[in-house]
Amino acid sequence: MIPLLLILIPLLSGLAVFLLKDSPSTKAFALVSSLATLVLSLMAVFTKGALTYDAAWLPGLGSRFSLLQDGMSKMLCLLTAISFPVVFAATYKNVYQRSAAFYGLMLLTQAGLLGVFLASDALLFYFFWELALIPVYFLCSIWGGEKRIAVTFKFFVYTFIGSLLMLVGLLYVYAQTPDHSFAMQSFFHANLDAHQQNAVFALFFIAFAIKMPIFPFHTWQPDAYEQSPTATTMILSGVMVKMGIFAVIRWLVPMVPLGVHAHTNFVVTLSVIGMIYASLIAIRQDDIKRLIAYSSIAHIGLMCAAIFVQNQIGLEGVMIQMFNHGINVIGLWIVADVIEQQLGTRKFSELGGLAQKAPVLAILFVVMALANVALPLTNAFVGEFLMFNGLFQYNVWIAAIAGISIILAAVYTLNMIQKIFYGNTVEKTVQAVEVSANVQWVLSILVIIVLVMGVYPQPMLDLTKDTVTAIFANR
Amino acid sequence: MNAIIVSTLLGVVMMFSGILLKNKSLLKYIAIGGLLLLLVANFCQTYGCYTIVVNSHDLLRFQKFGLFFNSIAIAATLIYVILSGKDIETAGNYPAEYFALLFFVLCGVSILCGFNSLLMLFLGIEILSIPLYILTGSDKRNLKSNEASLKYFLMGAFTAGIMLMGIALIYGATGTFGIVSPSIITAPNGAVSAPKASFLEIAGLLLLFVSMCFKVSAAPFHFWTPDVYDGAPSVFTSFMATIVKAAGFFAFIRLLEGQSAILGPTWKILLSFVIIATLLVGNITAVFQQSVKRMLAYSSIAQAGFMLFALYAANDVAKEGILLYATAYSLATIGIFAVLIKMKDYTLDGFNGLAKTEPVLALTTTICLLSLSGIPLTAGFFAKYYMLASVIKTGSGLWLVIIAVLFAAVSVYYYFRVIQSMYFKEGVAETSEITGGFKAGLIFVAALIVLIGVLPSVLLNYFYF
Repeated sequence: MIPLLLILIPLLSGLAVFLLKDSPSTKAFALVSSLATLVLSLMAVFTKGALTYDAAWLPGLGSRFSLLQDGMSKMLCLLTAISFPVVFAATYKNVYQRSAAFYGLMLLTQAGLLGVFLASDALLFYFFWELALIPVYFLCSIWGGEKRIAVTFKFFVYTFIGSLLMLVGLLYVYAQTPDHSFAMQSFFHANLDAHQQNAVFALFFIAFAIKMPIFPFHTWQPDAYEQSPTATTMILSGVMVKMGIFAVIRWLVPMVPLGVHAHTNFVVTLSVIGMIYASLIAIRQDDIKRLIAYSSIAHIGLMCAAIFVQNQIGLEGVMIQMFNHGINVIGLWIVADVIEQQLGTRKFSELGGLAQKAPVLAILFVVMALANVALPLTNAFVGEFLMFNGLFQYNVWIAAIAGISIILAAVYTLNMIQKIFYGNTVEKTVQAVEVSANVQWVLSILVIIVLVMGVYPQPMLDLTKDTVTAIFANR
Repeated sequence: MNAIIVSTLLGVVMMFSGILLKNKSLLKYIAIGGLLLLLVANFCQTYGCYTIVVNSHDLLRFQKFGLFFNSIAIAATLIYVILSGKDIETAGNYPAEYFALLFFVLCGVSILCGFNSLLMLFLGIEILSIPLYILTGSDKRNLKSNEASLKYFLMGAFTAGIMLMGIALIYGATGTFGIVSPSIITAPNGAVSAPKASFLEIAGLLLLFVSMCFKVSAAPFHFWTPDVYDGAPSVFTSFMATIVKAAGFFAFIRLLEGQSAILGPTWKILLSFVIIATLLVGNITAVFQQSVKRMLAYSSIAQAGFMLFALYAANDVAKEGILLYATAYSLATIGIFAVLIKMKDYTLDGFNGLAKTEPVLALTTTICLLSLSGIPLTAGFFAKYYMLASVIKTGSGLWLVIIAVLFAAVSVYYYFRVIQSMYFKEGVAETSEITGGFKAGLIFVAALIVLIGVLPSVLLNYFYF
């Protein structure tokens, strides 16, 4: 029952918000709804074993409304459920025109995301995959920046092409399933020879690679992150990119193991190129949002590579890093949003000396930023350590090249801290004041998560252990 | 049989009511009542209750599939009249005649749903087309309307000639007008050996194919479509682009599903060419349109490309799919046209800011557009799903499916431009007066689209009963 409620609460409250009048109470309503989802997902985390829900949906097509919440799902649902109240609370002071529609669409996005992480029926998965995309399209196009329409459209068409190719792949596998069903287990046991697996791999992987995004498919991402309203950007980069990674682990690896195996070198190479490439570009950025966007591409590249090297330690690293990256990047976005709201600029060249004016913000931000560099004692260290360990077992040279991105990450992150917070105050930052209490609270919570997970990651590893073992048990 | 007779009678009733009634605004309600009656009559026959029995000597053969399709066509017309009835009354000087002509078109649709002989096919197509020529030209003072009407008529007459030629050749080769001629039946051991067919028969079939391609505006026989759809009064374009087109497709599939074996492997190559050309022309040209009406004309060509997959696959999934596709496409297009008619300016800029001035119209139009682009949770998704699934089920043609989905992604471009205008651009979209009933009708259409999008079985289950 919990999995169903996890989808229903944001879905129904999202639809309900649309009917409310535009008033401050919509914010409160959205916040309460997202807190309810958080409580539920915590309940799921503390329930032992996988949770399931199953109901008839499309009997003619062999598709059922079936949900499965195993360790990985629990972890990602928790991430989603934490993100939304955090985002709502951190942007509580922001004023949106037509706020009812804004919060309604945000909650619908949450429903779509949770659905993606829970679906154990391929067609249902595809439904939620798209459901998560449509509200984001409207969020970015209505409340985004100056170039929002063109940029969001590029993002939409890009991901839509991926989705459609995935649909073809789904139908192809469906035609080969023994019992003509979309159920996950039937998909995993479809009769596909090596040649067919390669074709299916290509169809699915393009969709997931666009969503993550992996190197040659990433061009939509920096623009979309920059132009979206920051609340949406947080969700996009904190949670939505995990859809691609999740889908590879949940669907692609068990479904077409031969296809995955055949493409290991190819994908790992692409990911590593993407890591270095994105890190180098990040160094040259003058805009906080774009820097975080490129840094995010680099981190996602590492996760993708660690999946495809296919060893247990790497996959464990991916699991924990999915959660941690979400927390860290949302923290960074919150600071970016605060600076933009307060000072009206995101350019490093127009910032400086903010630490004198807002010391609390500076401390909290530095912790988040160091977590972004994966310093020991922060959460990201655990994940990156495990993932590099996995890469190392696969190929020493690949691991060494990928390791360069850590150094590059330190370069651009420290550079960012320095340019925003230290040095002398400049024209725009003279008038700066300390951030409001709600942002301080939210950032403090995130910092606590960062430190706790950095020191004691074992519960999170235990939580996702069942998924990892299941994947490696099947070979 | 019920539907053919009832629709003819209703057409006559409508004509007379134009003379006898002083109050012209009653016409719409008579038409709605008539359509309900027609729907009931057709349902009666579907469930085995023949009120009127006519021995057609096997020229007509009514099967569930056809009757069900006919019900969909009638129901779609009903929705169309409810939404746009007022606009039909004001399209020209003779409202009663327009309603009458609509009923005559439905008579043609009913024949096409049950034809079992090439003669009946020809009759059905002509009964369907001739009222449309008149409707296209109903805006008598408008030069574009006249041009469209003449163009449509000339092209239609030309194709009728091609069709007759094809029928004559087939008759010459097989000695019968029946659509399942003896030479086509596959070998008793089930092996699909290319049946022996004379040169005449193949030539005849190809001519029929060409004429049907013309009727459903498949490329390269689509050139009349944009001009006619653009020139005709919008309210009749809506009818032509949806119900009439779907009926044409139904006849196309019924005609060729058994006969395609004659053409052997060449058939699939030929059809792939037509499908790709149709998708290419429809989608790429639609991208460049500034007028929403013209964009919808090209979009109807693009959608025809998808519907042709049913012909390509020719299996059970395709049969269900064409029902679903026709429904989804008709509902969405009727909805968009109903809104378009109310707009003062048909260009994309004319839609700017509609979300602010008329939020209900903007929302329902958005749902219709999402359905046309095939986004999940709308009927259009399952329509496309069935079409793609039917081809994949045949085991070949994966490349064709991939090309098709890439074009579907292109289609998002022009459909979403309307959404962008309505929601993201500033402007004051001017509309004529919008009544509460109209809004309720639109919401009903949108709800239906979403309902079919979530549970397509509500529609398809009837198919099996």
